[in-house]
Amino acid sequence: MNLFSLSWNYIKSKPLNTALNILLMSLGIAIILVLILLNTQLQENLDKNKRGIDLVVGAKGSPLQLILANVYHIDFPTGNIKLSEAKSLTRNRLIESAIPLALGDNYKGFRIVGTNHDYFKLYNGQMAEGELWKYNLESVIGANVAEQLGIKIGDVFFGSHGMSVADMAHEEQEYQVVGIMEPSGSVLDNLILTNVESVWAVHDHGEDEHDEDDHIENHEEHDHDDDHEHEHDHEEHGHEHDHEEHDHEHADHAGHEHNQKDLGSAYETGLPEGGEEDEITSMLLRFRSPMGAVTLPRQINSNTNMQAASPAFETQRLFSLLGIGVDMLKAFAYIIIAISGLSIFISLYNALKDRKYDLAIMRSLGASRTKLFFHVIIEGTIITVIGGFFGLLMGHVLMEVLAGLYEKSDEIGITGLIFIKEETYVLLLAVAVGLIASLLPAVDAYKTDISKVLADD
Amino acid sequence: MIQIEGLQFGYSDHKILSIPQLEVKDDEHLMILGKSGSGKTTMLHILGGLLAPTEGKVVIGQANIYHLSSVQRDQFRGQNIGLIFQKPHLISALSVEDNLLLAQYLSGATQDKARVREVLEELDLLPKLKKKVKALSQGEQQRVTVARALINRPRVILADEPTASLDDDNALRVISLLKEKAAAYQAALVIATHDQRVKKEFDVQLNLTST
Repeated sequence: MNLFSLSWNYIKSKPLNTALNILLMSLGIAIILVLILLNTQLQENLDKNKRGIDLVVGAKGSPLQLILANVYHIDFPTGNIKLSEAKSLTRNRLIESAIPLALGDNYKGFRIVGTNHDYFKLYNGQMAEGELWKYNLESVIGANVAEQLGIKIGDVFFGSHGMSVADMAHEEQEYQVVGIMEPSGSVLDNLILTNVESVWAVHDHGEDEHDEDDHIENHEEHDHDDDHEHEHDHEEHGHEHDHEEHDHEHADHAGHEHNQKDLGSAYETGLPEGGEEDEITSMLLRFRSPMGAVTLPRQINSNTNMQAASPAFETQRLFSLLGIGVDMLKAFAYIIIAISGLSIFISLYNALKDRKYDLAIMRSLGASRTKLFFHVIIEGTIITVIGGFFGLLMGHVLMEVLAGLYEKSDEIGITGLIFIKEETYVLLLAVAVGLIASLLPAVDAYKTDISKVLADD
Repeated sequence: MIQIEGLQFGYSDHKILSIPQLEVKDDEHLMILGKSGSGKTTMLHILGGLLAPTEGKVVIGQANIYHLSSVQRDQFRGQNIGLIFQKPHLISALSVEDNLLLAQYLSGATQDKARVREVLEELDLLPKLKKKVKALSQGEQQRVTVARALINRPRVILADEPTASLDDDNALRVISLLKEKAAAYQAALVIATHDQRVKKEFDVQLNLTST
């Protein structure tokens, strides 16, 4: 028998009351934890993926969309830009480096990105197996891609048009997997990297150059029977979609056999060689000096057919929009915690009225005032600590369940199975609420006039 | 064992209690008689160190209990004075065993489960060891409070109206139990009561009259 087990026995003797208090406390804590976990992981992830990118240049449209599509690979691209225009922009002395991106295809939902090795280095990528691509139609796949699709080095696959599963397949040109990347926690995990020219080659082969936007708008109409009738598919495809005739003819890229290897023109760094009409989706720029941030975006937006968007600015804008909702939910959760504190206070206070005699008896048995004070404090604190613990558990389980329900969360890297430092403060808050709620009842217990209570009976 | 000198309680205009001199030796039994409001309970609380008198001193054993600090007095009471009240006030959240262990814990004594069994055995309560207090009858509960008063081998047993809520048979049984236990533990026994049924059981009587 000690103060702790004494308090514990009192708690056990009123299970309903205790359950209500614990429920309230754990609910408040759980909501706050889910918000903290979500917010922190989202922000961390967004920060990680935009590191090293000062500006994204792409086709005109929504700047947020440009960032989401080209930096985070979650939205559709805004369209394409001319390679020649992109090239002339890179000659600007304010630009230190430029990484080209050619999007538009996917393999079973994983995006195929035509780029160069700089993109891989931007995210500090590491190879788990094999090596980086050099030749056209060689590809390197992210850790998640390899794991989920069970692809090994040497495997071949056909890309499909568009950004989501079950779009048209390009069945004539197959990609070969030459490397698998280590998991990096960045967008690389879910991407298939290759040369820009590979993306072109795949598109040119059917003598059918599609503008990516057309596909995005139209892919819904397709019969998704990519597995058969592929000979006709490309022909029909072109007509069904009212594509005007192929605006480009690329003698350079068209018609390569896939077993014949062509070294990429700029697989390590820089922009690929290409004809007048060749296009890429975007460029990721890095400034030489902060002056770039001041003059370049305006210069690009007003003088060219391209659009420039800053990842830092756009993600901040996105977060300030989300932030309102998060703040309101947080306020709501703190209110629940305050109510639970109040509820604990009220139940302790009421209980102590009935327990005045118990306290007097304990004094008569030799307990000092201080002991009774701590007896009550311990009781309030036990309830909130249990509430905090259940809240912690509930918050993480809830986060994990939510992450499981939302299939994209794997890509974004959200999980309930991590512990963030901020959570410690929330748990300390729970203990503090318990202390505060039991303080007044404890002072009351401290001041119990034994003789009076015993004589009053 | 108990010595009282020049004891006063109350204010100049309203004296409740005034006892110039009183001594209760070991093994001696004192009965405090009086109507309600005559100061019996006040007297008992002063003896038990629960209520400081306005004047005078109370010595139990060697200790002048109102010269002790509040914490020392609490501990002294826990270790040397067994208190029994009119109603069997036990801690209802605890089992019989835990109630007795609590008495040991709060008095600062070491917790001794063998001693708990021994006391319960003496009072025929051993089968109730693990029972919740609420599951016991009124008479059993009163016996548990006696066990609790005895657990730390007190030198003084103070009982406030221990028979008030009991029928004739039980009243006499409790009184003889208290006398028997006080003798066995060589403790001084003081009983405050207005119960005429048990009057003849005591030789030393202190009659309090309202002034």
